[in-house]
Amino acid sequence: MSDETKKSPPEEESGQPRTSSELEQPARGGQSIDEVKGVHAPDLLPEPKNAVEKFVAPVAGFGVTMATLFKPVVTEQYPREKAPVEPRFHGRHQLNRHPDGLEKCIGCELCAWACPADAIFVEGANNTPEAQYSPGERYGAVYQINYLRCIFCGLCIEACPTRALTMTNEFELADQTREKLIFTKDDLLAPLREGMLAAPHPMAEGTTDGSYYRGEVTGPARNSVEWVRENRPDEPSLDSAAAAAERSGATK
Amino acid sequence: MTATATPKSGTPAAAEGVNVTIDGVEVSVPKGTLIIRAAEQIGIQIPRFCDHPLLKPAGACRQCLVMVATPDREGNVREMPKPQASCTMEVSPGMVVSTQRTSAVADKAQHGVIEFLLINHPLDCPVCDKGGECPLQNQAMSNGNAGSRFTDVKRTYAKPIKISTEILLDRDRCILCQRCTRFQEEIAGDPFIDLQGRGGGAPGGAEHGMLPQQIGRFDEGVLGFSGLGEGVRDVAETDNMVGPDGDAGLLSGISYTVGSAEMDATGRPFSSYFSGNTIQICPVGALTSATYRFRARPFDLVSVESIAEHDACGAAIRIDHRRDVVLRRLAGEDPAVNEEWITDKDRFAFPWQSLPDTVKTPLVRDEETGELVPTSWSEALALAAQGLAQAAADGGVGVLPGGRLTLEDAYAWSKFARVVLGTNDVDFRARAASDEEAEFLGHKVAGSSMDVTYADLESAPHVLLVGLEPEDEAGTIFLRLRKSVLAKKTSVTTLAPFATRGSTKVRAAVVTTAPGTEASTLAAIAAGGGELAELAEALRADGAVILVGERLAQVPGGLTAALELAGATGARLAWVPRRAGDRGAVEVGLLPGLLPGGRPVSDAEARVDVATAWGLDGDRSLPAEVGRDLATILRDAGSGDLAGLLLGGIDVEDLPGAGEAERAVREAGFVVQLEVRTSALTRYADVVLPVAPPSHKAGTFLTWESRPRPFGQVFATSSRSDAQVLDMLAAAMGGALGTHSLESVHRELSELAAWDGARQPAPSVPAEARAAAEGEYTLATWRLMLDAARGQDGEPYLAGTAHRPVVRVSAATAAGLDAADGDRLTVVGPLGSVTLPVLVTPMPDDVVWLPLHSPGSSLYRMLGVGSGGSVRLEPAARATTGEVLR
Ligand code: SF4
Ligand code: SF4
Ligand code: SF4
Ligand code: FES
Repeated sequence: MSDETKKSPPEEESGQPRTSSELEQPARGGQSIDEVKGVHAPDLLPEPKNAVEKFVAPVAGFGVTMATLFKPVVTEQYPREKAPVEPRFHGRHQLNRHPDGLEKCIGCELCAWACPADAIFVEGANNTPEAQYSPGERYGAVYQINYLRCIFCGLCIEACPTRALTMTNEFELADQTREKLIFTKDDLLAPLREGMLAAPHPMAEGTTDGSYYRGEVTGPARNSVEWVRENRPDEPSLDSAAAAAERSGATK
Repeated sequence: MTATATPKSGTPAAAEGVNVTIDGVEVSVPKGTLIIRAAEQIGIQIPRFCDHPLLKPAGACRQCLVMVATPDREGNVREMPKPQASCTMEVSPGMVVSTQRTSAVADKAQHGVIEFLLINHPLDCPVCDKGGECPLQNQAMSNGNAGSRFTDVKRTYAKPIKISTEILLDRDRCILCQRCTRFQEEIAGDPFIDLQGRGGGAPGGAEHGMLPQQIGRFDEGVLGFSGLGEGVRDVAETDNMVGPDGDAGLLSGISYTVGSAEMDATGRPFSSYFSGNTIQICPVGALTSATYRFRARPFDLVSVESIAEHDACGAAIRIDHRRDVVLRRLAGEDPAVNEEWITDKDRFAFPWQSLPDTVKTPLVRDEETGELVPTSWSEALALAAQGLAQAAADGGVGVLPGGRLTLEDAYAWSKFARVVLGTNDVDFRARAASDEEAEFLGHKVAGSSMDVTYADLESAPHVLLVGLEPEDEAGTIFLRLRKSVLAKKTSVTTLAPFATRGSTKVRAAVVTTAPGTEASTLAAIAAGGGELAELAEALRADGAVILVGERLAQVPGGLTAALELAGATGARLAWVPRRAGDRGAVEVGLLPGLLPGGRPVSDAEARVDVATAWGLDGDRSLPAEVGRDLATILRDAGSGDLAGLLLGGIDVEDLPGAGEAERAVREAGFVVQLEVRTSALTRYADVVLPVAPPSHKAGTFLTWESRPRPFGQVFATSSRSDAQVLDMLAAAMGGALGTHSLESVHRELSELAAWDGARQPAPSVPAEARAAAEGEYTLATWRLMLDAARGQDGEPYLAGTAHRPVVRVSAATAAGLDAADGDRLTVVGPLGSVTLPVLVTPMPDDVVWLPLHSPGSSLYRMLGVGSGGSVRLEPAARATTGEVLR
């Protein structure tokens, strides 16, 4: 609602006192917008009572300005300086990994189901012995979030049964084309941390999907590292994962 | 239309009413109604899992508990001390029922049952295909507690098990409702799964060796009932899935080395043509299909009601698609046709419609290279129009539309041949056929309407099957017959060379007939003497039915004899073709001697009738002489007497003979093909015009009963139906066909519907005596439901459930060749040979049976003969040629 409407002086017109809630009411009924606009702010000011007041009256309006000069500055120097947001700020999503690098997402589509803006598209698929992406039987083969639709409500991350989907504090989500704002699985997958082994690789020997959910797998297992060494010898994450597997093996 | 709703089991249509009070509402229901059904009638939903209206009551899950009070002898209404299962208890007069809505005890009991069911139910919902459409999820919400009190470790099984290549079983999720096993036993008759380890499951399994109660296949390796603790035997790792433990592969169900009791007759572990229905009725996600596994969630899917395109039964289906891809098909519900069941072929064989070999743009021959190249519609139509017009002038064009068309498309073909090409050289039968059959179709089938329906089959006292194997060729008929036989309403006799598994399941009496002798057997029945007297008597009963399959056309005199038998006994006769479009093609006159609505070409009045409807004036009239049939068209096209061919969806493997068909198309002058996918004949075509598969168009199939089964378009695409393409082609040739829209076709069809003039006369072909030469065997053969047909392409999981191709011979024949079950035997025909494992079967000694078109046994191509042909047999060791590929 425009400011003018709020400033409308009902008392003068009707001569009747009004309740505050009525004063908030926008212009309507017999009162046209033009009529409302015709009323000027000075008409509303109370008459100055004495000489001092009369004297400062012309600059009294600057009082707030003056006071503000001495208050701390709240202006953000964005984009030159990026201010930190609250820790639970709803920013861009991320698809997390288990400590050994397997994906947490099981392609269940519960996030897509929960999404009120229909921004998420998921397609599940079978894990196969040749390509195990997540612990268990099922993984998310296709994962897309359309940031032109997403309203950052966070219902999806609440729905996710595996904590695969979380939100980061990243909020710079502007771009020039629609395509670029549809983030695919590659864009959303969390980067490999030190010691993680890129999927696909077999689950740690002797574990089930339950072991992963209970946090019993804390890093890449030797069998996973061996498998990747055999099948993808050029895998960049191999060395750090092999070292991590050795370390955990040594401490066990 | 006699759309008689079949009474669901548990509600026999007894006139007597029983008054009961359910939750304070009085209702009068027929005697014998179950409480759960009576409650449904007044809109009270009692939760349930095992109850299914088409299955017998089982009382297996206890979810439907209600409090019941009945009047005692003095008339005092007394409540039973404990809750009762409402799905097994019939109403009685004066009964007072309190469901969960009015009785705290019933409500608490139901909550308790859900809690028990969930104790061992895994938290699989996020990875479970049923999630989102799961009765257990739903009823746990509506009739269960919000929280769980269970803190111990849940029971788990290795999973999932492949029951067949298509059906997967997660025993963790199973709630032991036995809907699946009851379906297989009561409806399909293939009890390939059953409840195992009943009463087992007590702690200490390693000692007492008793398995926990579970659903399982008869496969000791998979189920491990050869002893706990032992390694699982005969379990092949499969390549494409992992279990929750990440171990490679499922436990495979395809293991050939288990004991003989666990095999079906063809030597393959039990599988069923109807097994997909168990997935649909399983109230949890315990049974899932390999095809649909993890593909989507219910809320992703757009559902369209449709009609299955794989046989002439017209089963209602539901097509679920996501982003222009069909992901699954489910059985639709139609009490008058398929009830709630469909065959696995109707359910799973849909990928053929979207394979990469689909023709997307028109193709024409490049003038320089002679290769087929994509081009625009206008150019392709112009070239096709020019070539066809030229060919029509030079000697005529033969029209072979195939048997898979909708009624509307078939009509367009019929009209195009007559009006635009000016010929009666048109034949929809892309299979072994005869003149006698064409006459039979014109006399008996065309223009007849719903003489025999599914409901008639169900109420028929006796059904005689001739040249028809319903389980393979018409699954819905099979299920209906079985239902009626089990209800002791119908008995079945079949004329076949041996008792098939399908005929055993409908408890059919088998009149052993070698191929070619059906005609004389039918005549003998009509004569009514000897041991066939009883059968003749049964056929005289009111409502008896004779079902003849399209295969009877291959027996000279067969259809004549069937008509005579029907006349002699008063039994009603119905023709059951194999393909979805066959019945419609007969109706619109896609035969050399037939015009739409059963009008004979030879009848001048009929021709005028049709010409008027088609707006042909004075000098333009319909061709008067009866045209060429399939065999003649092919022969004359090959020899050049016909200058061109217009081909529809025809698979060269279906065409009888020893390769003449393909040679003829190769030699033919100008060939235009209207096809969904490129086929073996495409390489001989001059112009290929793409047409829409069923999911891309709307139309109508006629069932074998001639019941119209209209279906809508699933996808909005730019692909055109046959009728639209022919309409454009006609326009390019300077004519007008008027078949661009379904409305205009329907208008014309209704104009041409009623023909009260004379039909084609009945065929009168004498039966031929069969004379097999010394050392030769008569070939018996038909197509199995799941075989090497192109309609099942792209679905490997379904193909894995097909029956294994075998060669069946009698014990004496096998002994003569020194062959035992499982040995390989070579069948030699004029063109080559087929080698398959032997299955010794009680059957005539001079007959050998092979599947007509299964993997490794495509008889026209490999042997060069079909049903009734003569073949020789050799033990496989002596065969040198192996499979001859042309
Ligand atoms: S992100 Fe979570 S909720 Fe979404 S599909 Fe993956 S596992 Fe399911
Ligand atoms: S069967 Fe139903 S309740 Fe059980 S895991 Fe599947 S969806 Fe969930
Ligand atoms: S598999 Fe499904 S249908 Fe069969 S008993 Fe278990 S829950 Fe019931
Ligand atoms: S529905 Fe009644 S016991 Fe299962």
